[in-house]
Formats: sequence, structure tokens, C-alpha cells
Amino acid sequence: MAEMMYWEAIRRAHDEEMARDPLVICMGEDIGVAGGTYKATQGLYDKYGPERVMDTPISENGYTGLGIGASFIGVRPIIELMSVNFAWLAMDQMFNSAAKVRYMSGGQLTAPCVFRSPGGTAHQLGAQHSARMEKVFMGIGGLRVVTPSNPRQAYGLLKSAVRCDDPVFINEHELMYNLKGEVPDEEYFHPLEGSEVAREGRDVTLIGYNISVHWCLQAAEVLSQQHGIEAEVLDLFALSPIDRAGIAESVSKTHRAVVVEEAEPIVGVGAEVSAIINEECFFELDAPPVRVSAANVPMPYAHVLEKAAIPNANDVVAAVLKMFGK
Amino acid sequence: MNAADKKRLLREMLFARRFEERCYEAYVERKIGGFLHLYPGQEACVHGVMEAARPGEDYVITGYRDHVHAIKCGADPKAVMAELYGKETGSSKGRGGSMHVFDVEHHFYGGYALVGGPFPLAAGMAKGIKLKGEDRIAICFLGDAANNQGTFHETMNMAALWQLPVLFVCENNLYGIGTRIDRSTAVVDQYKRVCAYGVESAQADGQDIEKVFDAAKTAVDHVRSGKGPYFLELMTYRYRGHSMSDAGAYRSKDEEGEWKERDPIYLLRDRLIDAGELTKDEYDSMDKAIIDEIENEVIKFAEESPEPKVEELEKYVLAENDPYVHGGAH
Repeated sequence: MAEMMYWEAIRRAHDEEMARDPLVICMGEDIGVAGGTYKATQGLYDKYGPERVMDTPISENGYTGLGIGASFIGVRPIIELMSVNFAWLAMDQMFNSAAKVRYMSGGQLTAPCVFRSPGGTAHQLGAQHSARMEKVFMGIGGLRVVTPSNPRQAYGLLKSAVRCDDPVFINEHELMYNLKGEVPDEEYFHPLEGSEVAREGRDVTLIGYNISVHWCLQAAEVLSQQHGIEAEVLDLFALSPIDRAGIAESVSKTHRAVVVEEAEPIVGVGAEVSAIINEECFFELDAPPVRVSAANVPMPYAHVLEKAAIPNANDVVAAVLKMFGK
Repeated sequence: MNAADKKRLLREMLFARRFEERCYEAYVERKIGGFLHLYPGQEACVHGVMEAARPGEDYVITGYRDHVHAIKCGADPKAVMAELYGKETGSSKGRGGSMHVFDVEHHFYGGYALVGGPFPLAAGMAKGIKLKGEDRIAICFLGDAANNQGTFHETMNMAALWQLPVLFVCENNLYGIGTRIDRSTAVVDQYKRVCAYGVESAQADGQDIEKVFDAAKTAVDHVRSGKGPYFLELMTYRYRGHSMSDAGAYRSKDEEGEWKERDPIYLLRDRLIDAGELTKDEYDSMDKAIIDEIENEVIKFAEESPEPKVEELEKYVLAENDPYVHGGAH
């Protein structure tokens, strides 16, 4: 099993799928000649040419709709949105066309396309380049939402998303493209539904996704080493459909839950997971579920303010200690 | 077009007219719900254009005024009416409604309710045609008001940039919902607006089906021969309001009267009668046969069809049993 970076894993999935099927294409801003802002499509333009690796104009709704239309007749487009903030402009086509077309055509037509986008806060990119929008996507029926926390998932989720007949939104992260991790040497298809136990524990379940899984793992280490609390970490790589059974199983074992999200709390992943816990395993709880979330502000520029706006591992530790009355 | 073609088209247009008028009645009777956008007045547009194209082969997409486009592509009028009735036998199994008629088997890729939504979808199908090496074109029928959405501009640019085989047909009926075009649009000649993107274009009389056909022939030949996109503006008029919730009070009776003097069906009918190809009696009996067919077959089918099962409410949201959902599939 080779170690590779998150961006290399995404690039490998592109390359394998494009080599296999001439109708797999990729498109987006600066993905071709320039190789992609985060290198996820590096070298593909030279290998597959401009008809299949399309540098698009900065017309997010237009090229997203174009990819969706191509998918209607058998093309499998991988559509990169350079920043999830720009996806606001493409949501008309993503939601009104891709997500709804299967239903409103009575199952006749489907839009098997993949939308990929980095969706987190990076370094002082300000209010219009730091949105966390997974909460918006996961509320739309007909659209799958997945979010890889490591290179193995980044590779395997994209592989499965390309082959799946549903439209899939893959929420990546600016700060994770250089993250290293093991990826199977052989072809690997990651499930598009479910969750993974990233660390086993018995006392509390820390529920994270994407970058917050790493905060949960760091917090679990501190809790174990310094406080004798064994936290289980549940990685929600699929946000829609979400793994209700997996959440209930872990929380029923530990009887406590902390949901950790990089996004604002309102109508968010934490709110949804808390509701699921109430619905699925309320009587297993020893304490009310807690959310660790971002401040509800447009992301500030100043480093000190930006840092204060987003949670980190220390906040997770503090939330757990408070839950245990420590 | 020979005389037989013209008589067939006259019948098709008259069928479309009577079909839509019957929808109106069914809506008033509350058999049809939601929004209902009717086509009377514009019949020569889709019939003339599709006569120059390959219905059932070329990929067609449009907005919410979509019943007649679906039927011209080959959809069964019974299934279209059943869709409006919200029945399981409807073309979209009652999940779509009037604005979302689909018939993928006949390459009718649907009606969409966001006015500019189909522009990039059509260009995408054209991209697919190129990648697959098919001898087909994509045809996008939309109204004039759609040209004020961003997708119009984004799509014209991409279609020309990538020389996509897509024909945009603008059925200019002069009103965007209830606002007349010169009150919403700085340049009222729509065919001029695509020049900035390097898209070939023309304007034609949308009431005279022979003129529509001739203009469409040029447009279709251009697109099919690989010369890139084409934008055809057809000047037309809808007799009803934008939808059933709109009585059309924003238009004068004089204006409506002027357009009705150039009714697409009567224009062709009178021309055929003058040429000795048709008699008034033949026309009247054709009309009666159509009305009977719509009542005794189309409406009857819609009335008698079953409603969708409530237990199947959540069917068709996502693909069923897709192996990649669970990973590990090779």
C-alpha cells in the first residue's frame, strides 16, 4: 500500500476512470493547461486532450449545466468548482436540474455527474472564499453528498462517484490536499453511504467529517492520555444519505455524543446528527448531545479572528470535559 | 414540403390546438392542477422546426410550455394528458406535471421551469453528441424572456467557443410572463443579441409554418454540418395568458386581434384551400375527428388511469440498487 497525498489520490482516480472510459471527462476553471488550482487534474490535459479535459470560462452555472446535459446522454463528467463559494452560482443547475431530474421524469432520466469542490476555510481567504456549504447540499433530495477525510477516501469516493448513476457532490478541503495517507495499490471503490469508526472507544462518540475528523482524533488522543476518557471517533464520510444506523450504533455503545463541524451550527450537520441521535437512541443517552461548531459570522480576514471563528481539537477536548463535569 | 406534408402538419397543429384547449377545460374543471402554460398561437414554431429536424432522433429540450414539443417528438398524447392529470400512466408517472413532461425514448429531454435552465443542458447534450460521434443535433426551444437570464449568455459563449452542434430556437411571443419585451429588454430583436458571441442567427415569421420550415432548414443544416451553434428567432404570439393564473389583461384586444388574423393554423388551411388541396368540409371533418379522438381516447385514458401509489412516494429520488453505493463493486 503506497502513501500518497490527497491531491494525488484524486488525480489518480481521475486518470484511471478516464483511461477506462472515453466518456469520462473533466471540466472546470484552470483544470487543463494549468493542471488545477490544487493539482487534482495535473497532467491530464496532455494525456487526454482538450475535448476531455475542458478549461471552462468562469461561468459556474453555465458549465455545470453543460456537464449535467452531457450526462443525460451517457457522458460521465467530473465537474470541478474551484471553490465551494462559487458553487452558489451553480446551485440552480445542480439542484433544479441534476438533483431533481430523475424524480420529475418518473425515473426516465438521470444525471450521473460528479461535482468536486474544496469547501472549508484555508488561510485568511476572507468571507467570500471561506464558506462551508455541506449543510446546503445535504438538504437537497436526489443529490448524494460525500466528504473525504483522507487520501484513501478521496480516491475511492471519486471512483465510486464516477460510476454511480446519481449526481454526487464531493466536498474536499483546501487544507487537506497535501495530507498524506495510505491508498490501496489495487483499484478501490469506497462506499457512498455509511460511516467509519476512525478510532474505537467506549466513553463518548466524537462525530466528525472531513477535516473535523482530524480534530476529533487529536482530541481523542489528549482525552485518553491526560484524562482517562476513551473516545470513539466516527467519520461521516457520507452526509447524504447519512448513516443513521452507524450513528445510533456508536452512540448506543458510548451513551454520549459530541458532533464536531467546521461550519456554523445553524441548520448544520451537528443539528442534523443531534436530531438523529434523539430520534434513534435518546434513551441510550447519559448526557445531551453537544455541538462544536464555528461562530456564525462571515469569515473574518484577520488571522486572530479567523482562528477564533473556527473550532479546533482543544474545543473538542473542552466540550468533552464539560460533558463529564471535569 | 409537398401537399401531403402540409396537410399532415395542418392536422398536427390542429391536434395541438385542440389538445391545449381541452387542457384548459380540464384545468377549469380542476382535473389538472398546478401551473398550466398553453401553446395556442405558437403551433407553427415547433412543428416547422421539427419538420426540418429529426423528431425522435435529435435531442430536444424546452421550458415549461412543453406539451406540444413532447408530442411532436413522438410522445403519446395520452401519456402527456395523463401526466397533467397526475396519473401513474403519465409520461413522468405523475411526478412531473405539466411543466415537466419527459419522453426520453423519443429523445424529448424534458420541460424545465427555470426559464433559462435548458440553455446549458442543451449545450451539454451537444457536447455529448461530439464526444460520442453521433450524427445528431441538440435543439433547445425557449421563450424570449429566457434570454435575460445569465445562462443564455454563458451558454452562447461556450457553444460558440467549443463549436457545439446545438440549435437554439427562440419563440418570441413578445411577453415575459406579463411584461412586454420592450419594457424588459434593451435590444428587442433577440437574434441580434447572440452576434456578440459569434453565434449565427436569423429571425423569421413564426406564424407561417412554411417560412418557419425554410428558416429552420437553413439552421439545422448549419448545425448538422458541423459549423457550430445557431440561434433562430421566431416571431409569434400566445393567445392565452402566460399561465392559467394570468388573464392577459396587460395586452390590448386590438393587438390580440391582429395576431389572430395571422393564425398559424388558418394561414396554412386557407392556403391549402386556395390551392385546391383541401376543402372546407375536409377541414371540418378533420377537426371533428381530432376533437373526438381527444375526448374518446386521450381524456378517457387520463380519466381512467390509476393514481400513483402513495407507498411509492420516495421512489425515483436516487438510483435503486446501484452497486457503487456500497463500494467494492468491480
